[in-house]
Amino acid sequence: MATTTLETRENRRAWGFVTPALLWTVAFFVIPFIVMAAISLATRKGRELVMMWNLDNYVTFFEKAHLLKGLFVSLEITFTVTFISILLAYPLAWIIAERVPQKWQRMALIMAILPFWTSYVVRSYSWLLVLAKNGVINNTLMQIGLIAEPLEMASTRSATVIGFVHFFVMLLTLTIYANLVQMPPNYRRAAADLGANGFQVFWHVVLPLTLPGIMVGAFLTFVLCIGDYITPQILGGNNELALPQIIMLQLGRRADFPMAATLSIILMGVVTLAYIACARWLKMERT
Amino acid sequence: MISSRFSKALSWAYLIALYGFIFLPVAVLVLFSFQDGRLPVPPFNGATLKWYAQVFADDRLMSALGNSLMVALGSSTVACILGFCAAYGLARYILPASRLQRGLLVAPMTVSYLIIALGLLSTFNWVGISLSLWTVGIGHVVINLPLCFAIIYASMGDHQKNIERAARDLGAAEWQVMTQVSAPMLMPSILAAFFLSVTFSWDEFIISFLLSRFDVTLPVEIWSMLRSGLNPKTNAVGSIVFLVSVALLLILELIVFRRTAKK
Repeated sequence: MATTTLETRENRRAWGFVTPALLWTVAFFVIPFIVMAAISLATRKGRELVMMWNLDNYVTFFEKAHLLKGLFVSLEITFTVTFISILLAYPLAWIIAERVPQKWQRMALIMAILPFWTSYVVRSYSWLLVLAKNGVINNTLMQIGLIAEPLEMASTRSATVIGFVHFFVMLLTLTIYANLVQMPPNYRRAAADLGANGFQVFWHVVLPLTLPGIMVGAFLTFVLCIGDYITPQILGGNNELALPQIIMLQLGRRADFPMAATLSIILMGVVTLAYIACARWLKMERT
Repeated sequence: MISSRFSKALSWAYLIALYGFIFLPVAVLVLFSFQDGRLPVPPFNGATLKWYAQVFADDRLMSALGNSLMVALGSSTVACILGFCAAYGLARYILPASRLQRGLLVAPMTVSYLIIALGLLSTFNWVGISLSLWTVGIGHVVINLPLCFAIIYASMGDHQKNIERAARDLGAAEWQVMTQVSAPMLMPSILAAFFLSVTFSWDEFIISFLLSRFDVTLPVEIWSMLRSGLNPKTNAVGSIVFLVSVALLLILELIVFRRTAKK
């Protein structure tokens, strides 16, 4: 008897510790999400929201070309960015892990992620300074006489991609580096002893073992990239709109909350699909 | 061997090229914050501090800076306390559905800030809560709580558990164990979680943008400065923000370093 009362008291105390955080998460994360999902089933009549409880907004999304295009623009940008970032980050992580002396590796990593700590808004603005019509690159190229007319680099998709790649190379370098240093050197030596050449060692041994790091980084890149408003807005401009830009447009000028909610739910659906696709590797990382 | 020397040279060239790419925008930002002219683009006309003086004389920017600090420190404190308590409860007691609880607590980490902001905005509109720095702070706790919980939870090992048990056997009450034994032992990771939260909140734009009205945070104020195009004053603010973040990072690094040195 005594033990049960002790247990219930212990139990109540434990709930006391956990409940505040759980309540906060439910009140300000779960409920808002449900509210937003409900609003996506409503429609806007003038300034009022009318609950329709139907999927009209979702049908509209697939019918209106400019909305659907936003999703494809976002997906294209995100895949391009993820691909280029991995290609650039892998050699960097490898060089830091293999060529940089051990005691300098930590420093090298800190240096590599230093610009990560500039404000998000400021980072995109900085790229504008570099890519603008009268910016650093155009200025330098014209000075050395490579081009006569300034190149149109700002307000293009390339600018958005450059801004994103800059950010995600830092992130992927970290996750891939973490994987590379965990790998015992014997594995590669064993493969080489068994007659594999440099490329074969990389392709059959090193790459598969670092795949978890790549996938974790790629997933983070995907999630952060596809949901970002700042970078495409500042660097890409209004020539072609990514999904988050369209969401913000619904909120601002059009004050169409139901459509903004619908697009957000769709955005979240895409991220969930990406999670399912990567789940295998994300789990491996955890154990 | 020529080929190994060649590959070595290639590695260093690649390293330098990528670091150049990573540092180019930051270098340009800081350099042209000293520009003695009206455009922060080449040619560099010489150094002046007048843009920094303008930043510090700008009331709107200064109050935005104050707001940012307030929101960052406040929301991180709340996130750390909630995160610590939850981690303590889940690591030290056996609770039903603890996996589900952990999953729920870290779930906001996997959702875009834009969606979290939009959800909160719809809810606040629906309930009739008007937007202010408080609503921004609530949003920042939502994004930082998973982080604080995960960091502190991960650092609660069995080693500390034994010390806590010893304290309890010696007659310490639960709150004494928590505040005088567990919290000091876990201080490095609590501080790491705190400073990481501060940097995230300090930097966060979309939640602050959608959930604030009259009083705004620094990133939102900088955003509205961007509408006037390229301006050395924006460079100056950006450089200040960068310096503050690097200072926070250094503090974090020193704490983490101290922890690893102790072990």
